[in-house]
Amino acid sequence: MSIFSTKKSWIHLTLWVLIIALIIAAPTLLPVFRLNLLGRYLSLAIVALGVDLIWGFTGMLSLGQGIFFALGGYCAAMFLQLNSSGEFPNGIPEFFGLYGVEKLPFFWEPFKSSIFTLISIWLLPAIIAGLLGYLVFRNRIKGVYFSILTQAALLVFFNFFNGQQKLINGTNGLKTDVTQLFGQMVGSEIMQRWFFWISAVLVILAWFFAKWIVRDRFGNILIGIRDDEARVRFTGYNPVIFKTIIFSIAGGLAGISGALYTVQSGIVSPQFMTVPFSIEMVVWVAVGGRGTLLGAILGAVFINYAKSLVSEALPASWMFIQGGLFILVVTALPEGVLGWIRKGGLKKLLFLIGINKKLETYPSLEINEQGEVKS
Amino acid sequence: MQLLLESLFNGVAIGSVLLVAALGLAIVFGLMGVINLAHGELMMLGAYSTYIIQLIFKQVSFLKPFYDSYVIVAIGIAFLVSGTVGIFLERTVIRRLYGSPLETLLATWGVSLILQQFVRSVPLAYASGLVVALFFGLLSPLFISDDLLSGPKGKLIRACTWGFSALLGVATGGILSSLVSKLSRASARNVDVTAPSWMRGGIDFVGITFPKTRLLIILITVISVLVVIFFLDKTAWGMRIRAVTQNRPMSDCLGISTETVDIITFGIGSGLAGVAGVAVSLLGSVGPNVGGNYIVGCFMVVVLGGVGNLLGTILASFSIGIMTDLIGAGRLLTIWPDMPSPLASIIDFFATTSMARVMIFALIVIFLQFRPTGMFPQKGRMVES
Amino acid sequence: MKLSKRIFAGLATASLAVTVTACGGSDSSGNFDDTVTVGILHSLSGTMAISESTLVDTEKMAIEEINAAGGVTVDGKSYKIEYIVEDGASDWPTFAEKSKKLIDQDGVPVVFGGWTSASRKAMLPVYESKDAFLYYPIQYEAQECSNNIFYTGATPNQQSEPATDFMYKRSPAAGGDFFLVGSDYVFPRTSNTITKAQVKQLGGKVVGEDYLPLGNTEVAPIISKIKVALPDGGIIVNTLNGDQNVAFFKQIQDAGITPSNGYYVMNYSIAEEEISTIGPEFLEGHYGAWNYMMSIDTPASKKFAKSFKKRWGSDRVVADPQESAYNMVYLWKQAVEDAGTFDDNAVREALVGQTFDAPQGPVEVMANHHLSQTVRIGEINAEGGFTILEETGVVEPQAWNQKHPSSKGYACDWTDPKKGEKYRM
Repeated sequence: MSIFSTKKSWIHLTLWVLIIALIIAAPTLLPVFRLNLLGRYLSLAIVALGVDLIWGFTGMLSLGQGIFFALGGYCAAMFLQLNSSGEFPNGIPEFFGLYGVEKLPFFWEPFKSSIFTLISIWLLPAIIAGLLGYLVFRNRIKGVYFSILTQAALLVFFNFFNGQQKLINGTNGLKTDVTQLFGQMVGSEIMQRWFFWISAVLVILAWFFAKWIVRDRFGNILIGIRDDEARVRFTGYNPVIFKTIIFSIAGGLAGISGALYTVQSGIVSPQFMTVPFSIEMVVWVAVGGRGTLLGAILGAVFINYAKSLVSEALPASWMFIQGGLFILVVTALPEGVLGWIRKGGLKKLLFLIGINKKLETYPSLEINEQGEVKS
Repeated sequence: MQLLLESLFNGVAIGSVLLVAALGLAIVFGLMGVINLAHGELMMLGAYSTYIIQLIFKQVSFLKPFYDSYVIVAIGIAFLVSGTVGIFLERTVIRRLYGSPLETLLATWGVSLILQQFVRSVPLAYASGLVVALFFGLLSPLFISDDLLSGPKGKLIRACTWGFSALLGVATGGILSSLVSKLSRASARNVDVTAPSWMRGGIDFVGITFPKTRLLIILITVISVLVVIFFLDKTAWGMRIRAVTQNRPMSDCLGISTETVDIITFGIGSGLAGVAGVAVSLLGSVGPNVGGNYIVGCFMVVVLGGVGNLLGTILASFSIGIMTDLIGAGRLLTIWPDMPSPLASIIDFFATTSMARVMIFALIVIFLQFRPTGMFPQKGRMVES
Repeated sequence: MKLSKRIFAGLATASLAVTVTACGGSDSSGNFDDTVTVGILHSLSGTMAISESTLVDTEKMAIEEINAAGGVTVDGKSYKIEYIVEDGASDWPTFAEKSKKLIDQDGVPVVFGGWTSASRKAMLPVYESKDAFLYYPIQYEAQECSNNIFYTGATPNQQSEPATDFMYKRSPAAGGDFFLVGSDYVFPRTSNTITKAQVKQLGGKVVGEDYLPLGNTEVAPIISKIKVALPDGGIIVNTLNGDQNVAFFKQIQDAGITPSNGYYVMNYSIAEEEISTIGPEFLEGHYGAWNYMMSIDTPASKKFAKSFKKRWGSDRVVADPQESAYNMVYLWKQAVEDAGTFDDNAVREALVGQTFDAPQGPVEVMANHHLSQTVRIGEINAEGGFTILEETGVVEPQAWNQKHPSSKGYACDWTDPKKGEKYRM
C-alpha cells in the first residue's frame, strides 16, 4: 500500500518543491488574468480533496458535491452583497428591487455578520452534507444508488436555486466583483492577489488536514469501508457514523472551496450546481489519482488550466478531449496519473520507448511486494 | 370526471415519454448492472435519425408519396442506429468495465460528451456514413462462417469486411451530402422534426382534446413494452438473458455464450433509446442536449421502480407522470378548491414547472428512505453484493 | 525536470497556437497603418451556441465590411480591425472569466458580446470594476443602466409595451385575458412584471403565468394551465427561450391552442431564425414584435440581408438580434473616429448622439447608452417571415421602465454627472 508509506518518495519531494516554488513565483511571473485563474483552480483543488476523501478513500462516488460548493459560494457572496448595499433602496442588495422584494428574507439576516459568515461557509455545507449522508447511509444505500441519489439531490437544489428569484436571484446568481471588503473593491487587483495567497495557503492546510484524517485508524476504517463494508460492520464498527463524518468533512471542504472560487470568479450562480460540473470534480480526482490526495490537487489545477487554454484555442475540441480523457483514464489508467507513476509507470514507459531496457529483464525480481519497482 | 380524465391522460402522456426513455435503461442497468450515462445521447442519435429520415423522404422523389409514413420507418432506423452505436460502445469500452459500475459511469459520461460534440462538429451526412460503416462492420462477421474467421486468414478477412464497410460508409456520406444539402455542413443549431399532417392536431372526445402526437407516443411506448416483455419471457435469447442475469458463471457453464448475451442485451437497450429518441423528437426540437434533459429522470424512474423489474419501471414512470401533472399544473387546488390556506399556499408555491420538479425529486428521495430498493425490490442473495 | 521542461514547451506552443488561430480571423487586403484588436464573446458551445453563433457571424461580417472600406481612421491613421473570438460556453461564470481574459490579457479596447441577461449580469461587474466597455446587442428587460455597457437591443418600451398595447386593443383577441409563459430566468420574469402592470392599466386581466426551467421541454403542465385559465381563447405572451419554443408550439397546436380557436400568441424571442427552425406551419397567425424584420422593404434592409446571405450561405436569414449586433460594430467605429482615440472614456463620450442609418431605419445613441429605434409588430406568415402590421415612429429607450413598480419615475443619463445611473425625473 504505497499510499500509506510515511517515507516520502523522491517524486513526492520534487512535486512539493515544484508546487511551492510555483506558488511563490506565480504572482511575479503570471499576468493578472492568469494569476486569477490559478487562484481559482487552487480553490477548486480543495473541493477535489474532499472528493478524494469520500471517493478515493471511502469508495462513495458523490455526484452532488456541487451543492456544497455552491452553498459556500452563496454564503460568501451574500455577505459581501449585504455589506455593500447601503446605497441601494431599503438597504438590501440591488437585485431584490427587480422582483419587488422590499424586506430582506429572514434567513439572510445573520449573514450581515462576518463571523457568522466565516463559520457558515464551511459549517452549513457540512451540516447539510451530514444530514443528507446520514439519511442515505442509514438505509445502507451505497454504490451506484448513492451516486444517483446525490445526483438527484443536486437537481433538487439546482431547480430550487434556479427558480427562486425573490430569495436568491435565481439563474443570475450573486455577484461579488463590485462589492466592498475592508474598503477595497473585491474585484480589484490587490484583493485578487490576496485571495490567491489565501487559496494557496488553504490548499496546503486542507492537504495536511486530509492527510491527518486518513493517517491511522480512522483512515484504515475508511479504506475498509471502501473495500468491504460488510466486513467492517461485522468487526464491530458502525460504518454509518464514519461515512457520515467523512461525507460532511468533504461537504465542508467543498463549501470553503466554493467561497474562495466565488470571490475570485466574481459570481456564484446555480450553474455551479449543474450535473456536468459535479462530475468534472470527480474527473479531476480520477485523472490525478484517486486515493492519493496530491493527485486530486494536481488534477484539479492542471485539467482546469488545460481547459482554459484549449477552449481559448479551439472551443469545440475541449469536449472531445475531456470525453477522451475520461475514457482513457478509466480504461487505461484506473489509478490516475499519480497512482500510475507511483506504481512505476514512468519506468515502464521508458522501457516501452526503448530506454532502461536492462531493468525489465527480470521484472519479477525488480518489484517488491508493494508493487513498487525497486530503483 | 372530465377533469380527472384529463389529468389522468396528461399524467399518462408525460409518464409514457419517461417510460419509453427509461425502458432501455431499465434493461441495461437492471439486467446488466451497467450505468450508461450515454443513454441520453443514444436517444439523441435516435432523434437525429428521425430528422435525417424526414429529410430523405422530403428530397428523394420516389419516397415522396410515402412521406406521411416516415415516422414508422424512422422508428426502425433509429433502433438500428442507436443499437449499432451501443454495441460498438459495449465492444470497445464497457466490456472492459463489467463489475465496476462507478468506472462505467465515468467512462460513459465521457462517451456522452464526445457524442454531443460529435453531432455539433461533424456534418450529419458523414456521421450517418460512420454509423453505416459501423453497422456493416459489426454485422458482417455473422454472415461469414467461423472457419474463415478463425483460420489463419481470419485477421485479413476481418480487415477486409471493415474496409468494405468503411467504403459503404463513405458512399453513404457522399450520397447523403449531395442529396440533402442541409446535411453536408456541420452545425450546432438545433433541428426540427415536423410530424406528418395526419399526426398533427388532436382528437376531441368527451370534451377533451387528446393530442395525436401524445397518443402516438403512448402507442409507441405500449408496443415497445410489450415487445420487450415478449422477448424476455418467450424467446430463447430472452431466456438466456435472464439466465445470465441470475447467475453468470452457471450460465456460462451450461453453454450460454455470455459475451453474445451481453452484446444483445446492450444492443437492445441502446436500440430502445433510439426509439425513445423518435418519440422525443416529435415533442420538441432535436439538438445535442436533447437526451441529457432526460437522463437523470430516467435513472430516477428505474431506481424508484426497483432495479431489474419492468413492472416497477412502468408503475414508477406513470406515477411520476401523474405527479408532475398534479403538482405542476396546480390541479390539486382545482380538485379541492377550499383546502385550508396554509396547505393551499404550499401547494401554490410548488405549482410551477420548476418547483414541481423540486417537489417530485424530493418526494422520490424521501420514498427511497423507506424503500431503499424501490417499489419492487429484487429478491435473492445477489442484491447485497 | 526534463519532463517539466517539455510540458512547458508544450504549453508555450499551445498558447502560441491560440494567438495564431485567434488572430488569423480577417483577411489582410488593403494597406493599413496599424491594427486594432477587438473582442467578440459569445457562446460557441452549449445550449446557447445555436443563437449566439449567428451574432458572431454578423459581427465578423460587419468588421470585414469596415476593413474593406478602409478600416477605422483615428488621428489620420487607418487601422485594420482584427478580432479575438472567445467562447462563453453558455455558462454565465465563463462569460465573466473570458471578459477578464479579453480585458487583462489581450487588452482589447472593446468587447462585443452576450446574449442572455444572465450572461450580461455576470459580465457587468467585471466591466465596471475594470472600467472597460461591453457592447450588448440583445433586446432585454432593461432595469439596468451601466456606464460600462452600451445596449443596442430594445428595451421593454421599445418591444413589449407596444406589443401588449396592440394585442389588447387591435388584435383579433382584443379585450381578451392574458396568460404569460416564459423560461425561468430574469428576462421573462421582469418582462412579465411590466406586462402585468400594463395590462392592469389598460383594464385587462392576467389570468395566469408559468415559467419553464431552462433546458426543460416538458410543457404539458403549462398547456393544462392555459386550458384551465383560458377556456375560450385569449392572448398568450410568450418569452420562452430558444428550443423550448419548438416544444411549446408543437404541443399547443396539438392541444387545440391555435389562432382558429381564438388563441393568439405574442412572441418576444421568436425571429426569422427561430421561425425557420420551428417551422412556419406551427407559427402562422401568431405575432412577433421587433425593431428589425427581414421583410422590411428598404434598400438598407435588403442590402443587409443580401450581404449576409452572400457571406454565410443562401439559406441563412437575418433577424433583429443580428441587426443590433451589426449596428453596434458600426456605431463603435463611428464613435472611435469621432473621439480620435481608442480610449474608453473618450469613446464613451463620443458615442452618445451618434446616428446610424441602420437596416431598420435611422437609430441614435441616447444619453442612457441605449438606442432610439423603430418598433414593428408583425404577423407570422406561411413563408416563415413577418407580415408587418404596424410600425411606430422612432421610440426613445427607457432604461428604467415606467410601468415597473420599482423604477417608475426614474431615468438614466450618463452625459450629466449629476444624474448618472438612476435619477428621479
